[in-house]
Amino acid sequence: MVSNLKYESQKLGIWYFTVAAILFGAQLLFGLLAAIQFLYPSFLFEILDFSITRIVHINALVVWLLYAMIGSVYFIMPDETGIETVGVGIAKLLFGVLTLAVTIVVVVYIFVQTGPADEMTLYFITQGREYIEAPLWADLGIVVVALGFVANVWLTCVKGERTGIMTVMMADVLALAGIYLAGIFYTDNISMDQYWWWWVIHLWVEATWEVFVACLAGYGLIKTLGASRQIVEMWLWIEVAMLFGSGILGIGHHYFWIGTPEYWWEIGALFSALEPVPLIGMFVHVLYDWGKEAGHAAAEGKKHEISNTPAFSWFVVNTFGNFIGAGIWGFMHTLPQINLYTHGTQWPAAHGHLAFYGAYATILIGMFYMGVQRKNGIKYLRATFASKMGVFLTTFGVLGMTMALTASAYQQTIIERAQWGATWEGFFAAQESVWMIQGYGWRLAMGVVTFVGFLYLIKDLLTISKNPNNIREGE
Amino acid sequence: MSKEVSVWGSNRFWQRSAAWVTGFSAMLLIWLTFDTVPQITMGNDADLQNGITKRVPGPTVINYKITYEMSEKRGHEVPVIGEKEAFFGRDDYSEDEARALLHLGKLASQAKNCMSCHTLLGNGGYYAPDLTKSWLDPMWAENGPYRGMTGKNTKEEAMAEFLMNPSQYPTHERMMPNLGITADEAKGLVTFLKHMSSIDTNGFPRNFGKIQGAVNGK
Repeated sequence: MVSNLKYESQKLGIWYFTVAAILFGAQLLFGLLAAIQFLYPSFLFEILDFSITRIVHINALVVWLLYAMIGSVYFIMPDETGIETVGVGIAKLLFGVLTLAVTIVVVVYIFVQTGPADEMTLYFITQGREYIEAPLWADLGIVVVALGFVANVWLTCVKGERTGIMTVMMADVLALAGIYLAGIFYTDNISMDQYWWWWVIHLWVEATWEVFVACLAGYGLIKTLGASRQIVEMWLWIEVAMLFGSGILGIGHHYFWIGTPEYWWEIGALFSALEPVPLIGMFVHVLYDWGKEAGHAAAEGKKHEISNTPAFSWFVVNTFGNFIGAGIWGFMHTLPQINLYTHGTQWPAAHGHLAFYGAYATILIGMFYMGVQRKNGIKYLRATFASKMGVFLTTFGVLGMTMALTASAYQQTIIERAQWGATWEGFFAAQESVWMIQGYGWRLAMGVVTFVGFLYLIKDLLTISKNPNNIREGE
Repeated sequence: MSKEVSVWGSNRFWQRSAAWVTGFSAMLLIWLTFDTVPQITMGNDADLQNGITKRVPGPTVINYKITYEMSEKRGHEVPVIGEKEAFFGRDDYSEDEARALLHLGKLASQAKNCMSCHTLLGNGGYYAPDLTKSWLDPMWAENGPYRGMTGKNTKEEAMAEFLMNPSQYPTHERMMPNLGITADEAKGLVTFLKHMSSIDTNGFPRNFGKIQGAVNGK
C-alpha cells in the first residue's frame, strides 16, 4: 500500500512502532513462561530458567516502551515543528543499529544466559542488574543511538517551530538519555550499586517517562479531540511541575533499606505520597478536555467527532491506568512503615504490572493507532470489534493479574514477613500456602487473557485500515 | 497570546513554575547525594579494628562474627560486628585478599543473574528468597537442616557447596538451577553474602530469623 506519510520522520516512527509491537509480543510470551514456572517449577528447568524468562520479560518491556517512545517523537515532531526531522537519514541508520543490537542482546540472553565471574561477562553477556541487564557493549551502543536521537530532537526543534509540547520534550529526552549514564558503571559495593541504579530506574519510570506521557497525552488530545493547544500546554506545564516536583525526590522511597541513611524515610514518604497528585491531574485534564470539546460542539448544534476512536479509547485507559496502577497501587506500599514488610514481595510485582501497563503501554498503543490512521490517510478512524476486544481484554487481563498478585502479596507479607521473619523457610512457607498459589494460578489465567487481547490488538492494527466501514471521510 | 489573562491561566507563569520546581528538586537530590554517598562508601580494615561503625563496612568484615540485634536507640535491628570468626578456616584475611574475594563474589552475583530470581537488599526478582541477611539464616546455622544436608562442618562451606550443586540439594519443588558456579566463585559469593549481611539496612528485614530463636546461629 502506498504510504500517505509526507515526512520521512513519520515513516521512521512507524518502523519503531512495528518493532515495539513485536517486542511487546515477546514480553507477553516470556511473561507467560515465567508465570507457568511459578506454578510448575520443573517447566524448562535448567533449560530456560526463570532467571532468563524474567530477564527477557522485563527487558522486552523496557525496550519496547523505549522503541515506541522514540517512534512517537519521530512521529509527532513534523506535526509540531512543521518541518522534516533534520538528520532523518542518520536517524534511520541508528534505528538499524539499535535493532541489530537488541536482537544480538536477546539472542545472547536466551542462548548464552550466564558467564564466568569476570568483567568479560559484564561486557558481552549480562550485567545482571535488574531492568538494565544489557551487556556493557550494548550500553555504549545505546549511548551513541541516544545521542543521535537527542541531537535530532534538539536540532529539529531549533530549526522549526517550537511548541510547548516540543519544549518539554526537548528537556525530557535530554534528561532521560543523560540519566542512563548513572547506570553504566561497576562497583563491588552493593549499596552504592543500587543507589545509582535507582537513578536510572526511578528517574525514568517515575519522572521523565511520566512527563513524556504528559507530552503525548497533550498531542493526542489536540489531534483526536481538537482540544485547544493553549489550554493543553498550560496543563502540560502544571503537570511537569507536579510530576518533577514529586517524582524526583520520590526516589527516596527506594532508599529506605539499601544501606542509605534514615532521613530518606521522611523524604521518600513525603514526596512519593505526592506522586499520585499529578496523575489525578492528568486524569482530570483528559476528561475535562473531552467534556469541553463535546460541550462546544453541542452548543453549536453539532455532534462532537473524535477523529480516532481506538486511539482515544487507549488514551482514556491510560489516564485511569496511570492513576490506579502507578498512583494508587504505588501509594499502597510506599510509606516506610508499610514498605518494611512489603519490600521485596509480590507487592511491587502487582504494582509494576498495572503501572507499566496503565501508565506507558496504553498511551503508546494509542500512538500505534495514530500511526495507522496517518499512514493510511484516514480522516476519521472508527473502532472495530477487534479494537474493542483488544482494549477490553488486555486491560481486563492486566487488572486481573494485578488483583491476583495483590492477593498473593498479602499472603506473602503476612506469612513470610510478619510470621516467619523473612527467612528462607519463611519465604517457602508463604510460597507454598494455598492462597498464594491460587493467586499465581489466576495471574497465569489473566496473563492468557491479556495475550488474547494482544492478538486482537495486532489483528486490528494490521486490518483496521482495510475495511471501509471503519473509516469515515470528513465533509 | 495577546489577550490579557490572569496569572493562573498564563502558560508563561506555569512554564516558569515548572522550571523552578524541577530545578529545585534536582538540586536538592544532588545535594542529598553528596551527603549519602560518603555515608554508603565502603569502610576499611582500620575502621573495623577501631570499632568505627560504617553503614557499609570494609570487606575484612568477613574476619568477624556478624549478628543482627535489636537496637533500643534506633528502634529496629542492626548488624553487630563481634569477635573474630574463622571464614573458610581463616580469620586474618588482609584488606587486599578480602577485597579480591568480594570483587569476585559481586561479579559472580551479576554474571549469574542472581538478582533475576532473588532479591538483594529487597530488590530483584520475587521467585526465590531474599539474600540480604541470608548469611544469618538459621537454616545454615550449626543445627540448621541445610548444613546437615550438605554434610559440611561450617556455614560457609555448606553455602558454597550448595551454590556449586544447587539442584543436587533440592529443598523445595522450586529449585535453584545449576549455574556452573566454580569453587572460587562460590567462595566469592559467600564472601559477598556475608559482607551484605553486615550492611546497615535500617532494620530490613524486620525480625529476621526470630522464629526458632536462631538469629545468631546459636
